[in-house]
Amino acid sequence: MRRVYLDYNATTPLAPEVVQAMLPFLTEEYGNASSIHSVGQRARAAVEQARAQVAALIGAREKEIVFTSGGTEADNLAVRGVVEAAERPRKPESGKHVVTSTIEHHAVLNTCQALEAEGVAVTYVPVNSAGLIDPEEVRRALTPDTVLISIMHANNELGTVQAIAEIARIARGRKIPFHTDAVQAVGKLPVNVREWGVDLLSLSAHKICGPKGVGALWVRRGMRLKPLFFGGHHERDRRPGTENVPGIVGLGAAAELAGARRAEEAVRVKSLRDELESRILARVPHATVNGDRQQRTPNTSNISFEFVEGEALVIALDLKGIACSTGAACSAGAVEPSHVLTAIGLSPEGAHGSLRFSLGRQTTREDIDYVAETLPAVVEHLRELSPLYKKSVAAASK
Amino acid sequence: MVAMNSNGHKPESGKPIVAAMSGGVDSSTAAALLAAERPGAVIGLTMQLWDQRRLQTPAAGAAGLNMKGELPVVHAGRCCSLDDAYDARRVAAHLGLPFYVVNFESRFEAQVVQPFIQSYLAGETPIPCTLCNNFIKFDQLLTTARQIGAERLATGHYARVRTHPETGRRELRRAADATKDQSYFLFGLTQEQLARTEFPLGELTKDEVRGLARAKKLPVAEKPESQELCFVPSGSYIRFIEAYLAEQGEGSPPARGEIVTSDGKVIGEHSGLHGFTLGQRRGLGLATGLPREWRGKPLYVLALDRERNRVIVGDDRELYRREARVRELNWVSIPPPAQPLRCAVKVRHKHQAAPAILYVEGGAASEVRVVFDQPQRALTPGQAAVFYAAPEAPDPDLVLGGGWLR
Repeated sequence: MRRVYLDYNATTPLAPEVVQAMLPFLTEEYGNASSIHSVGQRARAAVEQARAQVAALIGAREKEIVFTSGGTEADNLAVRGVVEAAERPRKPESGKHVVTSTIEHHAVLNTCQALEAEGVAVTYVPVNSAGLIDPEEVRRALTPDTVLISIMHANNELGTVQAIAEIARIARGRKIPFHTDAVQAVGKLPVNVREWGVDLLSLSAHKICGPKGVGALWVRRGMRLKPLFFGGHHERDRRPGTENVPGIVGLGAAAELAGARRAEEAVRVKSLRDELESRILARVPHATVNGDRQQRTPNTSNISFEFVEGEALVIALDLKGIACSTGAACSAGAVEPSHVLTAIGLSPEGAHGSLRFSLGRQTTREDIDYVAETLPAVVEHLRELSPLYKKSVAAASK
Repeated sequence: MVAMNSNGHKPESGKPIVAAMSGGVDSSTAAALLAAERPGAVIGLTMQLWDQRRLQTPAAGAAGLNMKGELPVVHAGRCCSLDDAYDARRVAAHLGLPFYVVNFESRFEAQVVQPFIQSYLAGETPIPCTLCNNFIKFDQLLTTARQIGAERLATGHYARVRTHPETGRRELRRAADATKDQSYFLFGLTQEQLARTEFPLGELTKDEVRGLARAKKLPVAEKPESQELCFVPSGSYIRFIEAYLAEQGEGSPPARGEIVTSDGKVIGEHSGLHGFTLGQRRGLGLATGLPREWRGKPLYVLALDRERNRVIVGDDRELYRREARVRELNWVSIPPPAQPLRCAVKVRHKHQAAPAILYVEGGAASEVRVVFDQPQRALTPGQAAVFYAAPEAPDPDLVLGGGWLR
């Protein structure tokens, strides 16, 4: 059976160059980067080289990069770190305030909810039906107590891309720190923190053909940030814990590759994505693309199939060798309704019947052919057994 | 031991079949037997039915309530659904099966949990497992199975199913191990559902199943059996109902009312009909001060009067009845009988099926009057009455049909 992997927004395969870069640090180069001796110094040099590679990818200074255990920790550190370090508002009766959006990743959303339980006020700015945030809505949400704006760059489910530079201008005008979760943007879109004018940015290695368990938070020089953990003086006192040297080296290698290949890959992947999308829409009735079709990452396509359970569709496709996703997995591994699709106004049924295809480095034209040829029959079979579809067909024939 | 096929079906080794896997030893062993019999054809599915973070009560062993504004608390105690899905996944990996968890939470809430609660509030004693079989396991799960390319579903129930050689009708039968038989919970299945169902454990005893699980080195081979309802991990359905009603904003808890003896004397107060079951003795919370004629006698719940919100109590002898009315019938293995029918009727899971005659009555034969040979104790509204072939019948293990006591 052919195996086609179209879930690059969930994770990506390690690039062979990344594996090669990491291997010495999984074997003979086992040093602790904080050690004084030469074994440690070689590890330190590798970590600092990776820092430079990551900084170069996003247009930052090396010293502003904080390595973390991944995107989730970077988001937690950014949101909680800035809020906790912020000065108390002048009036004692008012608390701190955070502005974020309804379509953030759970790493940001659930951190905000945890802060709410601790007395922080949070405004969740809505998105329109195309999944886009109106920067003016962000401006309107600001209060004199706002201590942080956190708006993601590219959305993981839809691929939609927000007007980050415009929101950054608003934040700057009010001198409010602005964090963006760019985990899904890095490697797919040009990312330049100086041009955007943001203050903090999260990224993750395993979304760009790097290893799992490592990511980074970029923190503009001078930003006040309270650490999440307490321990040694690693990462300039912002993230204690012995450095994950092999992981960090892998992130550095992946960042360099992403920088070198991004523009060319984006064109290639976009043409495959567009072809997949148009072939599905031509062959499958009652299918619609979710999210803005222009302002989105080149690799992502989110499609709703009416009268179909996305969960059953993903399983049926997996049994035919096609890996894609729907909604978000709960702790047991079952699918929960997507807060992103609900936020763009889809009904619970519509949100349940959606698939996300996300393409990447190893996706080929043959992969797209296989999916475009396999999917229509699978959807049709599911619909034949769907009580909702039977009802709708009966209603239409009346 | 040889894997047996208790289904009267030739195993169709190529055709995909879904094994419903709960993470328990029974469904895990059923999946293992199928996998050995039909390599490459078995897909494991686990149903996610209830979010155990909901309605956590302190008795559930949680450190805190998951009320609005509070952090979700990961509790150290048994979180059955999550742990069971985890176990099922491990078993599937051990057997090399494709495995998926499917989310049926909203359907389970609407079709099992809410009727369960309404039934208790109405003074009945419901059986959610039967509703789950009828509306979730052999309906939604079977549909999902068919959608993903399997035509059949196997579960770890102790029951048997076969095809009648002449009529071609599918017949539901008791398990070979009468002590573990679960056919009582399956009377509501339709012919269409039975035609797509297999029970790989039907010919086995519990000990044999445990032995097979050990022989196959299943990760759950030593897992203890769970007696509690899967969505009430605290074991207290009363607290569950109250927490659910509070969560739904249905304001006042179930109303308090009077406890009255069968001869009409008010002897105490109860805190909601949902806390009582017919035939129950302990837990009535009756203090001293009983009328003289009831002093020193054990009191039992005789009836729950929803109209007047009363618990009627009295002597154990008053619990016995010879007749019962059964509604919402399903004739699982036979056509609806035209004549009075001699059979054996089971009125709760642990009841010994008692000889009786069925009289089909009501408009459109919608109701059965059961007349038992001997009076039966505590014919409880909300429970199922399941009709088995008479002991002297050619196949006394045959499940004829059943319905609900109201």
